[in-house]
Amino acid sequence: MSQIGHNISLTERARRIRRHALRMGEVQGQGYIAQALGVADVLAVSYFHATNYRPEDPDWEGRDRFLLSIGHYAIALYAALIEAKIMPEDELETYGTDDSRLPMSGMAAYTPGMEITGGSLGHGLGIAVGMALALKRKKSSSFVYNLFSDGELDEGSTWEAAMSAGSYKLDNLIGIVDVNQMQADGPSIGVLNFEPLGPKFEAFGWFVQRVDGNDIDALVKAFDAARHHAEAAPRVIICDTKMAKGVPFLEARDRNHFLRVEPHEWAEALRIIDAGVQA
Amino acid sequence: MRRSKYIRPAHLESGIDKPRLTTSAMIASIAGPDQPTRPAPFGNALAILARNDERIVGMSADLAKYTDLHVFRAAHPDRFYQMGMAEQLLMMSAAGMAREGFQPWVTTYAVFASRRAYDFICLAIAEEMLDVKVVCALPGLTTGYGPSHQATEDLAMFRGMPNLTIVDPCDASEIEQAVPAIAAHKGPVYMRLLRGNVPLVLEEYGYKFELGKAKLLRDGNDTLIISSGLMTMRALEAAKQLRNDGVDAAVLHVPTIKPLDEATIVAECRKGGRLVVVAENHTVIGGLGEAVAGTLMRAGVAPPAFRQIGLPDQFLEAGALPTLHDQYGLSTLKVTEAVKTWLST
Repeated sequence: MSQIGHNISLTERARRIRRHALRMGEVQGQGYIAQALGVADVLAVSYFHATNYRPEDPDWEGRDRFLLSIGHYAIALYAALIEAKIMPEDELETYGTDDSRLPMSGMAAYTPGMEITGGSLGHGLGIAVGMALALKRKKSSSFVYNLFSDGELDEGSTWEAAMSAGSYKLDNLIGIVDVNQMQADGPSIGVLNFEPLGPKFEAFGWFVQRVDGNDIDALVKAFDAARHHAEAAPRVIICDTKMAKGVPFLEARDRNHFLRVEPHEWAEALRIIDAGVQA
Repeated sequence: MRRSKYIRPAHLESGIDKPRLTTSAMIASIAGPDQPTRPAPFGNALAILARNDERIVGMSADLAKYTDLHVFRAAHPDRFYQMGMAEQLLMMSAAGMAREGFQPWVTTYAVFASRRAYDFICLAIAEEMLDVKVVCALPGLTTGYGPSHQATEDLAMFRGMPNLTIVDPCDASEIEQAVPAIAAHKGPVYMRLLRGNVPLVLEEYGYKFELGKAKLLRDGNDTLIISSGLMTMRALEAAKQLRNDGVDAAVLHVPTIKPLDEATIVAECRKGGRLVVVAENHTVIGGLGEAVAGTLMRAGVAPPAFRQIGLPDQFLEAGALPTLHDQYGLSTLKVTEAVKTWLST
């Protein structure tokens, strides 16, 4: 577990991750804000409860690897990296601008703490398989986390990786699926029906849990169970999240895959987040 | 033009017995009947190299046996990973391995690496400059199984990929030398693999492989044949035959397609008055021929004539490999005839 900041509650961490994401979004006036707000609780539990890392040494060999498969969600992970002090907060203002270490889509070469380049979807879980195999070769006790999305369930490569992880019984691999029910062309289920999802992973030999991805207590319990599960099997935590969670007027927008937010709305969104208002 | 399914073979209609050349093997041998060969040069070289390099792991997508990686697997079973018939996963997991400090050597067929797994080699491996070696059997026209197995356009695809080094070796000795050279190069490499009993032809030319270097194997005043891969073998055989006809052919072997040894190519083409022929086991679109042409144009070098020997811009026929090499102009006979024709016109 991270050695820093146990005095700050995970709920507060999630609130601050949302705040960082909104401030970055404001720099560009638009972006994958709804996903960032939706997945903030998952990231708070990941970075402040479940994973080992050293903020001052993002490449520390003993760290748990946290892979963001969905490069589009970079703004969400940047917010977590800033909150985890792996990235300095003042660079938040450079988001998506020239010479920034925080490009619009997540790339490993740019950002400390960004383990992979994830913009082409369906890469993360397979890379995680390779890393998990490699960590076993090195007799490392580190875990590999891969955060991927329900949209990435459309990609066949995700399922190649899922089958392989089960076949190799990769008990050091923890998949986190952000099921926010929205992808580029509309509601995820309508694009390609991936349900029932849990049984699919189970059939591939995974230890499966499905939780409300905006319920911090449920997430803590699921991450603990994933890490301490006794069987030699990969683990997946399917997280049902709400797009734009925490900012009700953004939650209410039905086309929120790529949010455009009016200039005056940013301050309002920040005010709501700061007040801790939950929908 | 491919054969029509509505037309029966002519010799059956005529009743005349025709000797039948068969394509029984997925990978037909490219060795001639009297050619010395060495078995599985890639698999053996990698197995030997891995004895002193703990970083090396082998991974394959259900084709270890058909890419000579089974030799490595037998020598180092704990370092072999079977990824199943899943080429996207093969490339992704190799990327993950490389990220953790290992040097994965992944094998499949060239068609599957190029057509099916391009995005994964490009973004998971090349964009990250990861130390992954992609070694692929059946490059160009080396099987009679038809377009599903003939990687006639792999070079055209991979030449466009930044960071990727591309190697197209000619014979067993070159493959054996290329393996340690590629291992020493830090970054992604695509190597076209000749497997099984691979001919030995370069030793008599005192040839030594150097990554990124083109080498003049023989000199000649009438024509310069620039070639890579198995076509260098054909070019050398053709040059010997052309000699009997009083034609003096030079052969410049270019095993590294990218980065291309432009300096040597330009220098050789500047030596005036020679017909320049580029011979490659690949479609004439986007491979060595067009790479050389572009190099010469940029350098302002214009040979008296420039010709390409390569596969046509078509999906090729199925059949026996020697027949197909004759049909599409890759056989020694056809190379010899083509050069003679071009020199006389």
